Amino acid sequence: MPQNPEKIVDHLELFKQPEYTALFENKRKNFEGAHSDEEVARVSEWTKGWEYREKNFAREALTINPAKGCQPVGAMFAALGFEGTLPFVQGSQGCVAYFRTHLSRHYKEPCSAVSSSMTEDAAVFGGLNNMIEGLSVSYTLYKPKMIAVCTTCMAEVIGDDLGAFITNAKGAGSIPQDFPVPFAHTPSFVGSHTTGYDNMMKGILLNLTEGKKKNKTNGKINFIPGFDTYVGNNRELKRMLGLMGIDYTILSDTSDYFDSPNTGEYEMYPGGTTLEDAADSINAEATVALQAYTTTKTRDYIEKQWKQPTKVLRPFGVKGTDEFLMTLSEMTGKAIPAELEVDRGRLVDAMTDSYAWLHGKKFAIYGDPDLIFYVTSFLLEMGAEPVHILCNNGDDVFKAELQAVLDASPFGKQATIWNGKDLWHFRSLLFTEPVDFFVGNSYGKYLWRDTKIPMVRIGYPLFDRHHLHRYATLGYQGGINLLNWVVNTILDEMDRNSNITGKTDISFDLIR
Amino acid sequence: MTPPEKSLTEQNKELIKEVLQAYPEKSRKKREKHLNVHEDGKADCGVKSNIKSVPGVMTARGCAYAGSKGVVWGPIKDMIHISHGPVGCGYWSWSGRRNYYVGNTGIDAFGTMHFTSDFQERDIVFGGDKKLTKIIHEIEELFPLNKGISIQSECPIGLIGDDIEAVAKKTSKEIGKPVIPLRCEGFRGVSQSLGHHIANDAIRDWVFPRFDQAKKDNTLKFESTDYDVALIGDYNIGGDAWASRMLLEEMGLRVVAQWSGDGTIDELVQGPAAKLILIHCYRSMNYICRSLEETYGLPWMEFNFFGPTKIAASLREIAAKFDKKIQDNAEKVIAKYQPIMDAVVKKYRPRVEGNTVMLYVGGLRPRHVVPAFEDLGIKVVGTGYEFAHNDDYKRTTHYIDNATIIYDDVTAYEFEEFTKAMKPDMIASGIKEKYVFQKMGLPFRQMHSWDYSGPYHGYDGFAIFARDMDLALNSPTWDLVGAPWKKATAKVKAA
Repeated sequence: MPQNPEKIVDHLELFKQPEYTALFENKRKNFEGAHSDEEVARVSEWTKGWEYREKNFAREALTINPAKGCQPVGAMFAALGFEGTLPFVQGSQGCVAYFRTHLSRHYKEPCSAVSSSMTEDAAVFGGLNNMIEGLSVSYTLYKPKMIAVCTTCMAEVIGDDLGAFITNAKGAGSIPQDFPVPFAHTPSFVGSHTTGYDNMMKGILLNLTEGKKKNKTNGKINFIPGFDTYVGNNRELKRMLGLMGIDYTILSDTSDYFDSPNTGEYEMYPGGTTLEDAADSINAEATVALQAYTTTKTRDYIEKQWKQPTKVLRPFGVKGTDEFLMTLSEMTGKAIPAELEVDRGRLVDAMTDSYAWLHGKKFAIYGDPDLIFYVTSFLLEMGAEPVHILCNNGDDVFKAELQAVLDASPFGKQATIWNGKDLWHFRSLLFTEPVDFFVGNSYGKYLWRDTKIPMVRIGYPLFDRHHLHRYATLGYQGGINLLNWVVNTILDEMDRNSNITGKTDISFDLIR
Repeated sequence: MTPPEKSLTEQNKELIKEVLQAYPEKSRKKREKHLNVHEDGKADCGVKSNIKSVPGVMTARGCAYAGSKGVVWGPIKDMIHISHGPVGCGYWSWSGRRNYYVGNTGIDAFGTMHFTSDFQERDIVFGGDKKLTKIIHEIEELFPLNKGISIQSECPIGLIGDDIEAVAKKTSKEIGKPVIPLRCEGFRGVSQSLGHHIANDAIRDWVFPRFDQAKKDNTLKFESTDYDVALIGDYNIGGDAWASRMLLEEMGLRVVAQWSGDGTIDELVQGPAAKLILIHCYRSMNYICRSLEETYGLPWMEFNFFGPTKIAASLREIAAKFDKKIQDNAEKVIAKYQPIMDAVVKKYRPRVEGNTVMLYVGGLRPRHVVPAFEDLGIKVVGTGYEFAHNDDYKRTTHYIDNATIIYDDVTAYEFEEFTKAMKPDMIASGIKEKYVFQKMGLPFRQMHSWDYSGPYHGYDGFAIFARDMDLALNSPTWDLVGAPWKKATAKVKAA
């Protein structure tokens, strides 16, 4: 049927109409040279078995559906958490278009970053001229307070030297001598987006704090969130620190940047850590990283160069938040206030309300190391049992640390940690050793379709569901959100499996 | 005496001058060549195009890889496209364009998957040719129903001098399937446009020899008819190509190849067997049309399936290339759909008429969608391309009114300033622009991806287009922007 003006249908319904299904069939039969349905079905079944799994895990060169991105996006993300900061990517311009697109699609927010638009001539002669002109233009046009420079793989392969280039650009008068231009080399053939975060964080701190060391501490504690894409998290962190009466600086606070209000006026640089606070972070009592694997170089730098103690404290789940608060209390001498104890009680209350639906449930998870770490720890607290833990960008330190957590729990015995593997490996794992649910980002929807295993969306990116990133996953209140997503996914699935009238609906219960 | 009122053209020219003031002098000179106001009777929009973006501006442009892998080759569904190089290019663009296809993903279709060689430092140092060879064999083993492989080079490949052509030739023999190398490194050219050209040249050099051979061997997969056409330059965003194909088939033509949305390698090979090439996105596939014309004497024509006015005109122009039977059929198709379109316009035009829109899209839509807006009584007051060439701006003059502001490779700064001054009722552009303008309280539609709706092509598509423009312009949410107490204060102050 052609469109009915009173009920216009789009792709979701349009292509189910017989005219279109006939069109597809005709195209397939006469022009596509398609394989037979039987052959497709046979191969499809074969890909679900153990033989295929072994072949799949034997591959050495090919990566299929990776669960990691490249460095510069992490660098941009770190930079965008500082007041008035414009990320500037030295290299070819297509990368920046992709980075901005990806972040905008996840957050449904603007994302500003510029490129030096290097082309063939720069590939031959180097990108210095692009840097000189680019810094001048972006400084004049977009009036940032800081320009944070990182590289694409193009600039890395041809060997552009950012430190020297920036000095040259300042010498050529592109920008004032005292204008902050921190930088990080972020080759995309090393590490992943989490490495880029670390590199840029270190670069920014190094630049801003130079010469700012005083004899006395400022009495504050620095917090580095890491590549954490939940905008509710820094707000929850601030609330908790406020309740405890702790004076703090959050180093790279992207939560306002990626969650700005609609007022009818566009603001290019909403929120962020002020450059003054960032500069003074060198004088803090200590630095606490809320993620371990996105801050290794930064922590090392802070300890060695600033001579400042650092700690990794991950305030996620009950025990993680307990430890966070108790350690902070020890560090500062401030008591943990009653409000937070009430919060804790509420999370525990929620967990005792829901545990029966999660206890003994087998799950699989993939994502960045720190995210996997906290989600797995929290689910173990619920009595759920991890089976497949897959981390494309995890290292041996991560594996050992997570293994210790698994070993310490009676629920962690069945788990295998798969470092350096991709989502096509994950598919084989889910088919050969199925679980009750799996946790991952939006790319997991293809696995959900193939395996029919219920999926909980936690991570980055979240493209196909709205507003999940707006919540907190941090602290006791964040724990309730995590629990909510997991338990209600399981309950939704239960309803779907018991909704056929007269057949499966015996257990279609009102009360769960 | 009041001075005589300035014409709109003069006003807009002044606006451009004002906006340019923000640049340092050198880049201002570069940018002013890309901005102009269209004047009736001129053969061209009077802007320079297809020139390097100014370093340091926020350009919406992509790269050659985006043009080759993202646009032309990626939608070929039964082939596996390797993003050859580091992990990012493929990851950030993974499933970003909604090139719809029918198939069993991971088995005989691969459109929403990301295959990469995930280059590490050692690959940069020692070269990636061996790894690439191994990858191709691993693909063969794990995905036996693939119909071929393309190698989409990312920046480092060209810089380190890998010989992907040699690997392609060797492995193609070994696996007995097409393996097609693309030198679409992102630093080549000034935008995604060069990637389209490179992708087209690869079809010419690596696919057409298979057609020539098949013709010689008499092994083409179908018997030719007089009504065979190839539908090309449609990437099936949200199903566009299907809505177009529907109309061509209804008028009695036989679409023997669809390039490249929902396409297959067989259809690429069959392309030259058609009697007429019908091209929608001229910018991305005109190269191959010229090549088909030169080599095979195959005629081609551009058409426009946005909005009922242009669809009817295009159907008639296409039919005119065939016999009376097809021409009569075309009239029947128009007669069948026109009343439905009239009803759509009757319903939606009163809701959106009189609004103005500013466009900024890729290489075709900045002109081709203008008549669809006009069918609804929406006026386009500014338009520009990310990666057009001079001939696109010539073609644009047929579509736009006097005093329309034209911006080539517009920077984020210019676009925002033009918007503030021109105060259009809606912006139609891409995801990177979307939230900027929504924060300004302006309705916005993504005209690269149809904002997850679509199709927009063909008669079925126009109905959706009309519905979507209505929902964008008339959403009550826009009226909520700005706290009422702030508005009240502003009124008091103004009074």
